[in-house]
Amino acid sequence: MKGIKTTIAAAAALLVAGAAQAEPVKVGMITTLSGGGAGLGIDARDGFMLAVKQANNPDLEVVIEDDQRKPDVAVQLADKMIQQEKVDVLTGIIWSNLAMAVVPSAVAQDKIYMSVNAAPSQLAGRGCNANYFSVSYQNDNLHEAAGGYASSAGYEKAFILAPNYPAGKDSLTGFKRFFFGDVTDEVYTKLGQTDYAAEIAQIRASDADHVFFFLPGGMGIAFMKQYAQSGVDKPLIGPAFSMDQGILGAVGDAALGVKNTSNWSKDIDNPTNKAFVESFQAEYDRLPSLYASFGFDTANLLLSAMDKASISDKDAFRAALRAADFDSVRGKFTFGPNQHPIQDLYVREVVKEGDVLTNKIVGKALTDHSDAYASECSM
Amino acid sequence: MFSLFLEQLLNGLQSGVMLFLMASGLTLVFGVMGLINLAHGSLYMVGAFACAAVAAWTGSFWLGLVASLMTAALAGALVEMLIIRRLYNRDHLDQVLATFALILIFSEGTRWVFGSFPLFLSLPDFLTGTVVVGSSFEYPIFRLAIIVAGLAVAAGLFLLIGKTRLGIRIRAGEADRGMIAALGVDIDRLYTFVFALGAALAGLAGAFVGTTQSIQVGMGEPVLILAFVVIVIGGIGSIKGALVGSLLVGFTDTMGRFLLPYAFATFLDPSSATAIGSALASMLIYIVMALVLFLRPSGLFGTEA
Repeated sequence: MKGIKTTIAAAAALLVAGAAQAEPVKVGMITTLSGGGAGLGIDARDGFMLAVKQANNPDLEVVIEDDQRKPDVAVQLADKMIQQEKVDVLTGIIWSNLAMAVVPSAVAQDKIYMSVNAAPSQLAGRGCNANYFSVSYQNDNLHEAAGGYASSAGYEKAFILAPNYPAGKDSLTGFKRFFFGDVTDEVYTKLGQTDYAAEIAQIRASDADHVFFFLPGGMGIAFMKQYAQSGVDKPLIGPAFSMDQGILGAVGDAALGVKNTSNWSKDIDNPTNKAFVESFQAEYDRLPSLYASFGFDTANLLLSAMDKASISDKDAFRAALRAADFDSVRGKFTFGPNQHPIQDLYVREVVKEGDVLTNKIVGKALTDHSDAYASECSM
Repeated sequence: MFSLFLEQLLNGLQSGVMLFLMASGLTLVFGVMGLINLAHGSLYMVGAFACAAVAAWTGSFWLGLVASLMTAALAGALVEMLIIRRLYNRDHLDQVLATFALILIFSEGTRWVFGSFPLFLSLPDFLTGTVVVGSSFEYPIFRLAIIVAGLAVAAGLFLLIGKTRLGIRIRAGEADRGMIAALGVDIDRLYTFVFALGAALAGLAGAFVGTTQSIQVGMGEPVLILAFVVIVIGGIGSIKGALVGSLLVGFTDTMGRFLLPYAFATFLDPSSATAIGSALASMLIYIVMALVLFLRPSGLFGTEA
């Protein structure tokens, strides 16, 4: 009799323990690991996996696949991850066009999607979804911050430049939303353009007092090198993308002194960030980038939710994510009503530390900034 | 306004000269061997990476330039002997497929060696800065240098093809490969040489462009598309056509980007003028290509098929 009692007690104890212990969570990471722009995906993955490694939580399993920056590949991978791998959470997409191809259908199948970068306006406003969390920002944020900075720095006439595609147009709209001077020239370039001689000649001839440009990746490297060699000396302002750690080395000294806006920088003063920068360097032997910081925050947010709720109870799990109860490398971090961050945006300047080009915070552009689409989201 | 216009004209010339370095190799290989080489852009990338790596290692841009020429030529010769040689008698579709595979191999191989982050290549000091003419005209020295170097290469190529024994053989190979083999010319070696020459020109273009752009995996493909536009306009197989086509594309593209938004602004409001103008500007070279194909289906200097 006593034996049976002990057994029941033990079984009960096991059951209790089972309930307290979170169920395993399987994460599918679809990101760009080959082709042009692979540096961004690699950084996001490395940041994410660093947090996973540090947490050492046996319940978290991550599957990583390469989308080659192609929407059709990303869609196939998402289908495979949802149907075969049976993942609970998807993450990792860098590019907005890929996100638009994958996210709406994934969240409709009741998978949670956590964005490490891409956050198109369509998913922030009317298209918002309870399963969609943007850990990075809303795409317009850094451009809005650049507009805010240009206004507060006393610039009056802007020459603005972006590639002719949706994110480029959003960028210039975002800048103008917070810039209160005159826009003297608005120029759209070809996506993937590598020679900016014609545009730089126009900048030289224009009477603008500064240049705002959004040219991500290789386009920005090309533009800045050519601009520095052109002898035009109008100050440049841009979002962090063209001045990020992964590409500063390729731009070289041409980037020195350029102001750029970001929601993260390696010198944001908080212990989490300091530990992140140090451990990232120790693990991968390079400085972390913006995308690495987003990957790191995304993994830590997910881990914080796993501590609080079980993935089988989707409502509780979503609530745990929404609470954002984790130490962000950005310091304070809260979600707005559309599950996009409310955060401070900084102005950074490119400086040289020893031989390494990097960014230093020189001021704050916008405080507790949300986004322009939150009001359209009904959730 | 005049100095802006002049600057844009020079920009058009520079962009055309750069394109010629790419297009001449492509058209030479097609003209002589009848081969469509999609991997030409990869050789351009190889040149840029070789230049950046050697320049970073030795600290000398000039050694980097030499390395870019040699590495690209060597890569070209190897690829020709190992793979391309088997494709001459095959269908164009097989050639496209095989050289597309080469693009993937080159891209992933380069990533394997150099990693995914773009490399840095800077100009030697005396090529940085600008030349100032009069009070209002200023032009970057490196763009002038590219124009001069490109025109010199073009002149050298015309001399080689037009005036040397080797050039005669190349032209003969273009006209009738069976006959020149029968006359005792080692056709295999000639083909390897032509392919390596085209590769070296592409590598040189890659090194020049690397000084002003980002050196990254996949940098060759956008240029390859432009180079194809050039040789289709100029007439496939014609070096003269490649030169005229390159300059036409360079001027059309630069002046279109510059002037079209102004043109639309005369009757539209500024923001839609910019949007429509720049959208049309990016299509302009393809419109020109379509026009040329309509009027002269084999290109400006092409021989009737």
